[in-house]
Amino acid sequence: MRTSSRRTRGTRRTVIAVVATAALALTAAGCGGGDDDKGTPDGGGSSSGGSGSVSLPDLKGQKLEVAAVWTGPEQKNFQKVLDEFTQRTGAEVGFVPTGDNVSTFLGTKIEGGQPPDVAFLPQVGVLRQFAQKGWLKPLSSDVQAQLDKNFSTGWKDLGAYEGKQYGVYAKAANKSLVWYNTAAFENAGISEPPGTWEDFLQTAETLFESGTPPVSVGGADGWTLTDWFENVYLSQAGPEKYDQLAAHKIKWTDPSVKDALTTLAQLFGKKDLIAGGQSGALKTDFPKSVTQTFTGNPPKAAMVYEGDFVGAFIGDNTKAKVGEDAKVFPFPAVGSGKAPVVSGGDVGVALKDTKGAQALLTFLASTDAAKVWASSGGFVSPNKSLDLSAYPNEVSRSIAEGLVAAGDDFRFDMSDQAPAAFGGTAGKGEWKDLQDFLRNPSDVAGAQAKLEADAAKAYAG
Amino acid sequence: MATAATAKGPAASGGAPSARRRSVMGTRRWVAGLFLLPALVLLGALVVYPIGYTTWRSLFDKAGSGFVGLHNYASVFSDDSTLTALRNTAVWVVVAPVLATALGLVFAVLTERVSWGTAFKLVVFMPMAISMLAAGIIFRLVYEQDPARGAANAVVVGVHDTFAESSAYPGARPRPNGSLAASGGGSYTTRDAAGEGTAVGLPLIGVPAAKLPAGTADARQATAGPGVTGTVWLDFKPGGGGEPGVIDAGEKALEGVKVEAVRDGRVVASATSGTDGTFSLPASAAGAQLRLPASNFAEPYNGVDWLGPTLVTPAIIGAYLWMWAGFAMVLIAAGLAGVPRELMEAARIDGANEWQVFRRITVPLLAPVLVVVVVTLMINVMKIFDLVYIVAPDTSKDEANVLALQLYLSSFGAGNDQGVGSAIGVILLLLVVPVMVFNIRRLRREARR
Repeated sequence: MRTSSRRTRGTRRTVIAVVATAALALTAAGCGGGDDDKGTPDGGGSSSGGSGSVSLPDLKGQKLEVAAVWTGPEQKNFQKVLDEFTQRTGAEVGFVPTGDNVSTFLGTKIEGGQPPDVAFLPQVGVLRQFAQKGWLKPLSSDVQAQLDKNFSTGWKDLGAYEGKQYGVYAKAANKSLVWYNTAAFENAGISEPPGTWEDFLQTAETLFESGTPPVSVGGADGWTLTDWFENVYLSQAGPEKYDQLAAHKIKWTDPSVKDALTTLAQLFGKKDLIAGGQSGALKTDFPKSVTQTFTGNPPKAAMVYEGDFVGAFIGDNTKAKVGEDAKVFPFPAVGSGKAPVVSGGDVGVALKDTKGAQALLTFLASTDAAKVWASSGGFVSPNKSLDLSAYPNEVSRSIAEGLVAAGDDFRFDMSDQAPAAFGGTAGKGEWKDLQDFLRNPSDVAGAQAKLEADAAKAYAG
Repeated sequence: MATAATAKGPAASGGAPSARRRSVMGTRRWVAGLFLLPALVLLGALVVYPIGYTTWRSLFDKAGSGFVGLHNYASVFSDDSTLTALRNTAVWVVVAPVLATALGLVFAVLTERVSWGTAFKLVVFMPMAISMLAAGIIFRLVYEQDPARGAANAVVVGVHDTFAESSAYPGARPRPNGSLAASGGGSYTTRDAAGEGTAVGLPLIGVPAAKLPAGTADARQATAGPGVTGTVWLDFKPGGGGEPGVIDAGEKALEGVKVEAVRDGRVVASATSGTDGTFSLPASAAGAQLRLPASNFAEPYNGVDWLGPTLVTPAIIGAYLWMWAGFAMVLIAAGLAGVPRELMEAARIDGANEWQVFRRITVPLLAPVLVVVVVTLMINVMKIFDLVYIVAPDTSKDEANVLALQLYLSSFGAGNDQGVGSAIGVILLLLVVPVMVFNIRRLRREARR
């Protein structure tokens, strides 16, 4: 999730609704068993096919299904990887877009007895939840070998549950980036991107003076707000507190949360510093928050915070050129802390225990797949064996470098680690509470109380 | 679940006549049974079994393996969003059917008298041909905040702006800690009193230079003259480097800003800045503080926040009325056709005015039809889901929540807890039952008549 693929929200909702209704009817009628497992392979030769650093079995004539949230250019780029897989193994791979609410989509598919072979989960919380229910199949030794070769412990641990490896983090995201419109910065006479939160606020003030609304916040999508909070919190409270809060070992009423929200209110509370004011921000979804920053003169905003996937989105939806009209600086350090590196990613898991599924995951964990994927841009791999020259431009190279260089110091998106009811559902839990906070930034204590109440409920169940 | 419950209505009422027919015609029991079998099997599989299973499932936990008794029901009634859903469903059930019926009644009675009534009815009925989902998407657009995109706000803003003037420089303000200070209500006042013979500087920021009208002149230092003079200008040099509070070369004038001289809380003189940003006040303004009233900076009126937390449910009910008022109208119009004209004419001859005829004759005669319409709509509204799901944006989905939506979200949404979902389904069924019983009784009464 958290990718640029949230554009056709209306239509995808439709799909979910239809699928869900169908599933509802099935379960209600008590005949939810699936009976056409066409994807199940029956044996097949295991000769290693293809070239490169990974050996794959021959899967001629088999059909695989992969489900992920990506649409548009992201799906196209992923399709290239699938095509490469088909070429090497002969297996036919079909792509199923899951829509916004991945856990709901997959949940109904699994309950209905027809899961896809491989699915990409956007949240660690969902991986744990699915693993706990026994919906995930453990990875084979082939996949494990690729993981050991190419991934750092931090990334491997994120794909494991209770000591068993279930997932491959084939696609990562660096979510500590602020993208800015170079023309707006030039117009305001700002030559140096800010390095600290104070500088950041000062820059925003200068931008306002110049007549460009400084910061674009995509408040209609709750996940952008959780990402804002996480960056401030990681930098201000430090990684230990971050891990504790992510596991709900400390409460959201903790003073450190209060500090982070108060810091955030220094931006969110100033109508002038946010494009459209608070109410405008709440009606701005993520795609609009990006496009409005990079279209028009003067643009409707000068800076927009989000992850690396903004790059692909800019190239795709605006006339601005990444690297010239649109540049990026790391999220500023708050207080005495270090600049944060919050990451996200999509983890590939096997929902069916088939040879094809394991072979595809083996391929996805390999450097070969990462290379194909990286070459089309808008993609960052945590694969440390991947040569940085595989990335198509300077901006994405620097983003990837930052992510890999962080080693095990990075922290995974907190809301993605939380149970989906808290950190991954539109209009609920943390998403909703932070939207309410954006609507009324002066009520820090009220926001904390609501966050804690929702978190307590979600973590308990 | 709700759908199952509604399906039960016609089935149950259909069972009664067939039972009677057997006794009348003397058909053998097993033959009757044989003919009933397909229907019974279908009803059993699609209605009775799901109801039973849902009730059973509602007593188990999330995983479906542990028996929890009535715990799911307890958690339903302690969960904030479910309580909101319950409250909203109550609002829906009371308001939507009544309003739709009232509208339908008005439409039906009025269209009866005009020659193009059929055309009007056709237009009002047309939304019925659209699916809830499509209607939801349409109304998502209608309620869009941006007046350039949302029809509802385009109307509201259009009407508002006809009566209220827009300001010259919305959003502009002075630098903090500059010569001007906020003086409440969105106006700004100079810290010092203006002396005669010195030019006052009133620097503002926050206006994009590119948005000033083409050909805007550079700001000019006002000549110290008789009375109080000064300049209002945009104190920002494109590209940066300007000195705050000083008119640097290339900084633009702000034309048309109202400046008031205030002494002891009273406005003693006022002026408007010219093309080069300068203004001059008479000598009487000397010693007064200069104020830029809020009317210079008022944000443009942005319309109503239809889909915000407070208005979202009424707004969605509005969308529902758009769809279903036509349905009510058609049924009521059919009933109206059966009302004897003589009664109305007699009343008119007796000197009743139109309102009295409507109130004392038409409505009482139509009462049975009105009850049918209200009850049908109530059942329909009880399971409202798609409109709310589509129209309410994420930011106010919680406030727009209804039971059927909460059922879906609990069962298949983030919680994935089908125990709680089933409990909500059972509650929904229990809420529909009284309405169904009422409906069946009424049908029986009518059959007996």
